[in-house]
Amino acid sequence: MALNAWGRLPVAPAARELRRSERAAPLPAVDGSLLAFGNGRSYGDVCLNSGGTLLATRGCDRFIDFRVEADGSATLACDAGVLLADIIDVFLPRGWFLPVTPGTRFVTVGGAIANDVHGKNHHRAGSFGNHLRACELLRSDGSRRRCAPDENAELFAATIGGLGLTGLIVSAEIALRRVDSAALTVENTRFHGLDEFFALNAAAEAAHEYAVAWIDCLARRPRGIFMAADHAPAGCVAKAPGAARRAPFTPPLSPLNKLTLAAFNAAYYHKPLPAHATTHLLPYFYPLDGILDWNRLYGKRGFYQYQCVVPRSAASAIDEMLRAIAASGQGSLLAVLKTFGNVASPGLLSFPMPGITLALDFPERGAATAALFARLDAIVAAAGGRLYPAKDARMPAALFGAGYPRLEEFSRHVDPKFSSNFWRRVSAALPA
Amino acid sequence: MQKILIIGATSAIAEATARRWAARGDALFLVARDATRLDASAADLRVRGAASVACQVMDATDLDAHAAMLDAALAGLGGLDVALIAHGTLPEQKACEASVEETLAAIAVNGTSVVALATLIGNLLEQQKSGVLAVIGSVAGDRGRQSNYVYGTAKGMVDIFMQGLRHRLAKSGAQALTIKPGFVDTPMTSNFPKGALWAQPDDIARGIVQAVDARRDVAYLPGFWRLIMLVIRHIPEKIFKKTSL
Repeated sequence: MALNAWGRLPVAPAARELRRSERAAPLPAVDGSLLAFGNGRSYGDVCLNSGGTLLATRGCDRFIDFRVEADGSATLACDAGVLLADIIDVFLPRGWFLPVTPGTRFVTVGGAIANDVHGKNHHRAGSFGNHLRACELLRSDGSRRRCAPDENAELFAATIGGLGLTGLIVSAEIALRRVDSAALTVENTRFHGLDEFFALNAAAEAAHEYAVAWIDCLARRPRGIFMAADHAPAGCVAKAPGAARRAPFTPPLSPLNKLTLAAFNAAYYHKPLPAHATTHLLPYFYPLDGILDWNRLYGKRGFYQYQCVVPRSAASAIDEMLRAIAASGQGSLLAVLKTFGNVASPGLLSFPMPGITLALDFPERGAATAALFARLDAIVAAAGGRLYPAKDARMPAALFGAGYPRLEEFSRHVDPKFSSNFWRRVSAALPA
Repeated sequence: MQKILIIGATSAIAEATARRWAARGDALFLVARDATRLDASAADLRVRGAASVACQVMDATDLDAHAAMLDAALAGLGGLDVALIAHGTLPEQKACEASVEETLAAIAVNGTSVVALATLIGNLLEQQKSGVLAVIGSVAGDRGRQSNYVYGTAKGMVDIFMQGLRHRLAKSGAQALTIKPGFVDTPMTSNFPKGALWAQPDDIARGIVQAVDARRDVAYLPGFWRLIMLVIRHIPEKIFKKTSL
């Protein structure tokens, strides 16, 4: 079956797939462009290369070294095809965890770098790129370049959030952080309206390491659940979740429609909710990893995720977007609202910036979906915000250009042999 | 902690199995042809928690090298609890049909060299009256089929040899285990279209670790292959000849 992204929108033509299993292997001598394909968890087309070649990197999944320094900091060196889930499996029992983790652990280290992923602790820890000590790039001229803050620094900055376009990320050295247990202490609070969210969030950012809110985007007035958390102290034991279940088949029509979503969201909002809880960290960080292939629930036509960030001063834009979504009757199971802090990523194309980020899923419904996106795009653009390439399959080149002021600087580091559907779509924003 | 020798250690199934043993803190001695790949795998297994990892470069068809390799493994590990023979190639059936040389080379890699190694290791385990020798055979060795009978011949040879060795070792307390994987998605089978019957290397690895722990005789992996091969073995030749299997 042809490789596809998480959103399962149709791809044509398919790319040729070449599997890599050794980090020492050179790039293949093939016509056309190259692109790494990790675990296929980006939603849109940053991981696709129609008509070209995809270098499937999951077979390159070896650890290289793990060092703990005298000051207690730790560095893990590994192949770029290692999954964050592999790292957690091996290191969490030893008291080490990822300094930053996205909402699924089924992404490769290479993908985490290339999309400069962020997590629920952005206000404290920044993004994945802030914890990358070094990486090795294999360029199409045959050179292998070690990139670090003090070595090929410009290429390093271009590679973080560089969407795999600066060459093949072969291996990486990432920081791990100490945790005293696999448990988290979680505080859950229901809120009504965005003002309540912002008040809760301001207090949580000062007091807690992790903070995120689920919102019911179908309710007339935004409501949701705010979830703040911290790593629990030593001795705290929480039961690990059971084995993941798999979505058994792809329904021809998505069961996720206006009625079922509204019912689900209402039930989720009203479910009994402990104000204080101690839970294993896996279900907190990765609520959807318990259902493998959950993306199939959106049906055969596939779905989009729309994730934007707007500056904090433009908070009204979030309210405007939620109204537009509620009015459209389209909306998602997992709408997420969170703020980004001031820790700047080294990445030239890094998505996070100080501000408020909103992420929502939308099943593909053709013109109606496109019309809603056009409306949301206009709000984001007017607010001086940007969209997240890892989630995107359709943003106009102009919006990309406006959102990423260092795009031209970045483009100078793109390896001439590397490209992607996303890049071909948006690089029109560059001056010729 | 078990002391484990793995021959063909860079094969996808062996590597996945080694990872499971490393996670348990076992001591590993890895043997394979390619030094670079061996070193990469060894480093990985150390990070994953192996008590120790040592490597030796060897081509399994170099029969004269076997005894020295086994001595080195014994010395390196300080004994031997488990040996896994996992090396192999998937010869191209059509090329074998056109060339006696290709056919015999395929049988040397997948059959004769395995028998040679199993002889030495079997003797050792019999002498020490303990330990498990696990050998990766194949469902292809259960019945000759037009599409891959040269590979099947070599694997069938290994199957019969292991049956006999198991019979002989039964008195000693040592165990001979035949692993029979079905279709596995590895670099060796990268040219095949994959369907529902295909398993991942780690699925096979989990089965191998369990089968070694349980000191089983024969392990079809995944287990449903036992049933499939039972049927395939019992199809009368008259009907079998009309199939394209």
